[in-house]
Amino acid sequence: MLHIVNKSPFEKTSLDSCLRIAQPGHALLLIEDAVYAAAKGNALEPRIRSAAQTLKVYALTPDLEARGMKDAAIEGVHLIDYTGFVDLVAAHESVQSWL
Amino acid sequence: MSNVTGEVEQEANSSGKIKKFMFINRKAPYGTVYALEGLEVVLISAAFDQDVSMVFLDDGVYELVKGQNTKGIDVKNFSPTYRALEGYDIEKLYVERESLATRGLTEANLVVPVEVVSSAELSELMGQQDVVISF
Repeated sequence: MLHIVNKSPFEKTSLDSCLRIAQPGHALLLIEDAVYAAAKGNALEPRIRSAAQTLKVYALTPDLEARGMKDAAIEGVHLIDYTGFVDLVAAHESVQSWL
Repeated sequence: MSNVTGEVEQEANSSGKIKKFMFINRKAPYGTVYALEGLEVVLISAAFDQDVSMVFLDDGVYELVKGQNTKGIDVKNFSPTYRALEGYDIEKLYVERESLATRGLTEANLVVPVEVVSSAELSELMGQQDVVISF
């Protein structure tokens, strides 16, 4: 299963809910304002690092670049472009968008 | 008629009290339209010769992050505009220290010189305003 989160973790609880519900082996894709969670040094970093142990964690590169966060991306978070986004959706039978 | 209008304008210019306006920015730049709209309102306010300050709080600090490149999302990168504020005599830019720290950012990560203030100092500044507008 693929989980997609698009809200800033500092403003909404969607990433929290997602991490609580996601099962080991699931994929998590961070897009739009949720990519801030993938930046080093922020308060969420330990949670993303521990999530990356059991989940496959991805972040959308164009959204990181737009926000000036690409160089800050945490190791272990896989950076993908729009084509990779499509591949990810096609590769999973179900998708949950945590709006 | 034009005479009357002229008198009213003159009165507003000579005796109108300059008010303290504070614009509070709490949203990240591209996920919603608040940040861009807020910036546009601040630029418009510059035409009215008021005492304007801007505050960057919570996710609003992300508006000022260096190195934004929006080519990939096909949206206008408005971060360079913050550097133009000085030219409009908008020089009071306050950033809350706690908001930066939570996001692993420092002053060195920002596109403009700002005054980093504590929550207590910000609270004090907010209390001194005539008008507070939030985005």
